[in-house]
Amino acid sequence: MQLSSKHLLGIRDLQPTDIQLILDTAIEFKEVLQRPIKKVPTLRDVTIVNLFYENSTRTRISFELAEKRLSADTINFTASGSSVSKGETLLDTVNNILSMKVDMVVMRHSASGAPHFLAKHIPASIVNAGDGINEHPTQALLDAYSIREKLGTLEGRKIAIIGDIMHSRVALSNIYLLKKMGAEVMVAGPPTLIPVYMKEAFDVQVEYNLRKALEWCDVANVLRIQLERQNQVLFSSLREYSLAYGINKRILDSLKKEILIMHPGPINRGVEIDSDAADSKQSIILQQVENGVAVRMAVLYLLAGGKEQKN
Amino acid sequence: MKTILTEEQLAITIQRLSYQLLENHIGLENTVLIGIQPRGIFFSNRIVKEISKEVPTDKIQYGKLDITFYRDDVRQGLHALNRTEIPYSIEKRNVILIDDVLYTGRTIRAALDALQDFGRPAKVELCILIDRRFSRELPIQSDYTGQSIDSIIGQKVKVFWREKDGKEEVVLID
Repeated sequence: MQLSSKHLLGIRDLQPTDIQLILDTAIEFKEVLQRPIKKVPTLRDVTIVNLFYENSTRTRISFELAEKRLSADTINFTASGSSVSKGETLLDTVNNILSMKVDMVVMRHSASGAPHFLAKHIPASIVNAGDGINEHPTQALLDAYSIREKLGTLEGRKIAIIGDIMHSRVALSNIYLLKKMGAEVMVAGPPTLIPVYMKEAFDVQVEYNLRKALEWCDVANVLRIQLERQNQVLFSSLREYSLAYGINKRILDSLKKEILIMHPGPINRGVEIDSDAADSKQSIILQQVENGVAVRMAVLYLLAGGKEQKN
Repeated sequence: MKTILTEEQLAITIQRLSYQLLENHIGLENTVLIGIQPRGIFFSNRIVKEISKEVPTDKIQYGKLDITFYRDDVRQGLHALNRTEIPYSIEKRNVILIDDVLYTGRTIRAALDALQDFGRPAKVELCILIDRRFSRELPIQSDYTGQSIDSIIGQKVKVFWREKDGKEEVVLID
């Protein structure tokens, strides 16, 4: 019972058995979170630093809660207000933190590949909490966990990922994971936000018509328009995007079946999804957040456990 | 390989232990039975089955506890997880922990820690099928004991259950 990798850098490097192990372990941690005392002493001798070079609400809080519920010691580092502004490099910062005897690093960085770079140079285990437009593995895992919890299995399920595919690390991690677990994947959105090579590179279906995508899928994972990563005009206005690709109650009700609505957050209400859809019964957005803590506990437990410290 | 309990002896032992539990906890009114995962469950299931001949099933409060998250050797190796199910409050109740073999006492230490997270029991007792005497690493003893045996470190006690192993027997393996 062990993951095949020392780090969690991306879903791309994981075996299907690893994914299965993480999801199964998370079930038991979810049970822990229902107890009167939602804390276990499992990682009481482990120190974890949360290294956030980019803004985050959900992921940072979720990781910190997961660490605390496993009784690990945690340190939080955010780039703003640190010596990063004085010109310290990423590697120097991390080596300084590690010299204070830290066992694991959870990191988010705006540069794709930053955790992979770090993994080559430091001995500690690294968990990628989002790197640029590359991957966000724990988000994909909690999405998969939520789908499995609702639909029983991932195999053969039809998942549509809708919105800003080009700039989304959530989309990429989800595609890797869902394909490995035997789900059918479709990406949908305006042509300017879907890279042209998607079909060839990932063997996913591509759809430019929202209604067709929704009619096809069992689950719609709706993504935020990442304006902060777009350095050119890719659609004329948010209003126009909303009219063509926004999910609302009206379009959901006009479908012949009931589909699950997911969103990794933060939501831009009225852009990619309207309030009447985001807050509807079909939406499992808040359950995703709840499951996130259990899934991250499972990841930390599986990476930290089973490795005796030799110092 | 030496047989400690045959199928018949095992059945009699389980029956005796069940009646001992009932003597001390009449009607099980304020008592919760908790089997320890994974292999203690086969034993606790049998105890509960025996007790249900005397006490109506809906009066028996029975839970299952997995102690993996409370082990003191997590960093030395990961163990497979099992389901914890304690649907009853243990606050101010008498808790009877049930496991098949008592050896070093570390599992029971972890179970006692785990119980704290579900409330503060009035009293905790321990019911064990096979007690390996003189091998304890912690000061923990059972209140109800099926059979005490003398064994050395290299030996292993294995309890076979019909539903899992196809036969019922307790053996000492060299």
